[in-house]
Amino acid sequence: MNRERQHSGTSRRDFIKTCLTVSAMLGLPFSMVSKVAAASRKSDNRPAVIWLHFQECTGCSTSLLRSSHPTVSNLILDMISLDYHETLMAGSGHQAEKSLHDSMRDNKGKYLLVVEGAIPTKDKGIYCKVAGKTAIDSLKECASGAAAIIALGTCASYGGIPSVGPNPTGAVGVQDIIKDKPIINIPGCPPSPYNVLSTILYYTTFKKFPELDKMGRPKFAYGRKIHEHCERRPHFDAGRFASKYGDASHAEGHCLYKLGCKGPATYANCSVQRFNDVGVWPVSIGHPCIGCTEPDLLFKTAIADKVPLHEPTPFEGYATIDTKQKSPVIDPVTTGVVGLAAGVAVGAGLMMSKKLPDGTKRGEKYGKPE
Amino acid sequence: MPHSEYRRHKAPIITPSFLILLLLSLIGLALIALRFFKGLGYVSNLSDGYPWGIWITYDVATGTAIACGGYAMAIFIYICNNMHYHHMIRSAVLTSMFGYCLAGFSVMVDLGRPWNAYNFFVPSKWQANSAMFEVALCVMIYSTVLIIEILPSVLFILERDRWSDTRGILYSIQKMLSRQQKDAISKYAKMIRPKLDRILIFFVVLGITLPTMHQSSLGSLMLLSSSKLHPLWYTGFLPLLFLVNCIFIGFSIVVLESIISCYAFKRPYETKELSVVSAVIPWLTIIWFGVIFGDLAWRGQLGLIFNSGTNSFFFVLQNMLVATGSCMLFFKRNRGSLRRLFLAAMCLVAGGALYRFNVYLIGFDPGNGWSYFPSLSEFMVTVGLISIEILGYQLLVKTFPILPRLHHDGHPDDEIRSVI
Amino acid sequence: MANPNRRQFLQILGLGGATLLSGRSATASEIHQINNDTVGMLYDAVKCVGCKACMSACKRVNMDFGGLAYDKAKFDKEGMWDAQVDLNGNTRTIIKLYKESPQKWSYVKHSCMHCQKPSCVSACPVSAMTRDKVTGIVDYDKSVCIGCRFCQVACSFNIPRFQWDKLNPQIVKCDLCKHTSLIKTGTTACAETCPAGAILFGKRKTLLEEAHRRIQESPEKYQKHVYGEKEAGGTNHLYLAAVPYEKIGLPVLSDKADANLSENIQHTIYKGFIAPVALYSTLCFVAVRNMKKYHKEKHNHDKVSLESGKKGDK
Repeated sequence: MNRERQHSGTSRRDFIKTCLTVSAMLGLPFSMVSKVAAASRKSDNRPAVIWLHFQECTGCSTSLLRSSHPTVSNLILDMISLDYHETLMAGSGHQAEKSLHDSMRDNKGKYLLVVEGAIPTKDKGIYCKVAGKTAIDSLKECASGAAAIIALGTCASYGGIPSVGPNPTGAVGVQDIIKDKPIINIPGCPPSPYNVLSTILYYTTFKKFPELDKMGRPKFAYGRKIHEHCERRPHFDAGRFASKYGDASHAEGHCLYKLGCKGPATYANCSVQRFNDVGVWPVSIGHPCIGCTEPDLLFKTAIADKVPLHEPTPFEGYATIDTKQKSPVIDPVTTGVVGLAAGVAVGAGLMMSKKLPDGTKRGEKYGKPE
Repeated sequence: MPHSEYRRHKAPIITPSFLILLLLSLIGLALIALRFFKGLGYVSNLSDGYPWGIWITYDVATGTAIACGGYAMAIFIYICNNMHYHHMIRSAVLTSMFGYCLAGFSVMVDLGRPWNAYNFFVPSKWQANSAMFEVALCVMIYSTVLIIEILPSVLFILERDRWSDTRGILYSIQKMLSRQQKDAISKYAKMIRPKLDRILIFFVVLGITLPTMHQSSLGSLMLLSSSKLHPLWYTGFLPLLFLVNCIFIGFSIVVLESIISCYAFKRPYETKELSVVSAVIPWLTIIWFGVIFGDLAWRGQLGLIFNSGTNSFFFVLQNMLVATGSCMLFFKRNRGSLRRLFLAAMCLVAGGALYRFNVYLIGFDPGNGWSYFPSLSEFMVTVGLISIEILGYQLLVKTFPILPRLHHDGHPDDEIRSVI
Repeated sequence: MANPNRRQFLQILGLGGATLLSGRSATASEIHQINNDTVGMLYDAVKCVGCKACMSACKRVNMDFGGLAYDKAKFDKEGMWDAQVDLNGNTRTIIKLYKESPQKWSYVKHSCMHCQKPSCVSACPVSAMTRDKVTGIVDYDKSVCIGCRFCQVACSFNIPRFQWDKLNPQIVKCDLCKHTSLIKTGTTACAETCPAGAILFGKRKTLLEEAHRRIQESPEKYQKHVYGEKEAGGTNHLYLAAVPYEKIGLPVLSDKADANLSENIQHTIYKGFIAPVALYSTLCFVAVRNMKKYHKEKHNHDKVSLESGKKGDK
């Protein structure tokens, strides 16, 4: 009972806990917690959020639903004003459409647009329609009044699985269609809900986006490679690799690089933030990272394919003071040739000295009779 | 110098030995090309512990000592006033020229960044503290001096109407040139040669000063490696030891070269001259041994001679060879015998060269498990360079008047006649 | 003070900047005196945990400027690790392990010692190796280097390494991040990254004080001697260790710099170039006199035997 109440409503304790988590993730100083809390408490400050779904599986939303601090209800009721979300909202049909248009009108230029799923562009975008409008049209319409756009998930960011060759619907990410609005990509399949939440709260607190990398991803979450913080890293450095799913080395938790782990090429904080509030993530349960935050890796390379390492580091084990391995291998041929040359020189000298006269008179002898 | 004292050796250029040497030279040159396409590490066994291998040790440090025949003879003839032996100088200078030019060439092969070598001529980059700088500059100048010293014999041929009677390189070149061109060359040769002859003595003396400087500096190079060079060889007297060493090697080489070339070219032996020249050697080796053992005794490290393992062996071998040679030459009877002269000179050159190998390679130990033995290709490059040297010598003495004229010559010698 | 503070960093940075501006240091050798105001590093093998973060940081920071690359181990076809087994043409610094028994062992970090009187600088014929007078940093300039490798032969510590496999090879050695990290952060990449406080960057004076303080504080942990304080005329890279220094690859050296002996000999011979010139003129005099004498005799002799005489002779 108690637990249920906590989840349905939000205790102050939970609220502060959420703000603390978010501040910590964003790398903000502790003093910022109150600011974050203040920003998210002010009800009039709640940013309106319009959430569109296109070619997707709703996995991103589902993942968000699984987060427990804050619970998604906390998020959508207290922190943001989620005015339109096709799978979460209570209303449907014309009612839902109305709420979308109302919100767009009321919050013009202020609302946040969250896009989930790729946008088909082929054949004028007929492959995805909501309320009789193609995805391109609704995206363009909603984007025109948005303050900023968050492309949630790899599909919305880069096209994701719908765009994998031969890409029958011509699916692309938001950034390929909308060019005149600030877009922040939160790729992942699904992305960590805390990355979404942190980004939104950062925006509501500071009225600007966090620092982004070259691919439009927030640096606080996508600044470093999975490999750099992986719990299996010591096994990598020591050269201990799982060679087959289910064998002894796999069971012992060795590095999954040779099973195709994309960790060394994937920028994401999965190995630190993990999922589902219970500290799990693919690598921890024995599955190699598939590189879902990288447009070039996810579904573009086979799971078993190995990725090259771009900044290799020293492995475990040390060089010795006496580096004996540097002695060149003395091959018998060389020794033979050197010996032969020396032999020829000495032999020729001795031979010649025998032919030379031992006498003392000058000039009367020639080297050889002519 | 009177040009009448020299003559061209008349013999066919292409002989079996010529072809073998040519083959070895070509292999060497091919490997040198490979070094420039694949890098130093590909061709050689050089390592960070042994950054200098046989290329530096033989081609530069030992090769220039063996090329000191010209230097030793110049001292002997011009400074020690034995002018009546100066018909022997040209062939000695020729071997010196080859030795030094090839040393310079092999340095360019050995350098990692030869295209930066122009910095030797940029005064702001000069580093006067460096013995290497001194060696490099001296070797470059000395090579030029040697070329100038050998130039009169070339000009002597060029200023004549007909360069060569027999088929050969000169004959072919002569055929290619037009009458006017040849006349022009003759004119300039005639103009330059007398002037050059007049000032040649100053180049000859420069050719004595420069080796004195850089041969001692070759020893100074190793002064920086006190912790790597075995104490049997590491001493502050390295420069002096190298200088004396190169002079006695030089004299021995003159003996060897004279005997070998007379043998190979079927000319009468110069036994009397050689016995006089070689008489100097024992005194030089006495100085040399005096410094070596005096220094060891002064440092109180005479014990090292016997308890340094391999180093002891090579130290003793080096001294035994030199001592054997010089003991033989102490006696006038031995100096009169060609065979003993030859054997003694062989021992001296071998011992003297071994000393340089000892200092640069054998006694050199960078520690921490490094070791070095040349690779086959590395060795073949050195063999190739030696072949080029002998090949060039053969070619030049058969093309230009370099060898001494045969004094008791029974055969009519047209070339000389035409001058006299 | 274990770590140089911010103020010191800035001071050093300023010094570094000033020297960069002042250009090349003079090459003439002066009477050798240890200058404790120059900068260097202190490596404490007792504190080192062997994490190799310094190696990674060094390569990351100096990769482009220093012409470095990753080393591939023979067994490692995929290039998974940077397999540095020794200082080499790709490696400016390395952590090695000396292990005698499970109880007696030590890490050691090898890199340039930045000698007060460096042999490599004395050896280099074209001034590609230079020692900055103000900072004491021994630096290498590949645009001048001819690749003769005399610096390698001369260095007692076997520090300069050569890129044997490259067609355009260069010497590789630590320059205290003079061109990279030192400009940006005021310290070296390895010292900055060391999590154990085993690598300190600072003025030699400070480092020596700190080293002696550490020995004094826990004499049971350390050898009673700071390696590099006097060795080879003093080095700016100092060492503390629990095991004898020669066991961790640091040679036993006298307090005198090799470069002093060789330079003294060179200078005695070549001072003002007087000796060579004197030698040359004396020899000229002797040779010309001998020649004249000889020709006089020969002339008389020739007059009798040959009439036409001597063409081209003088």
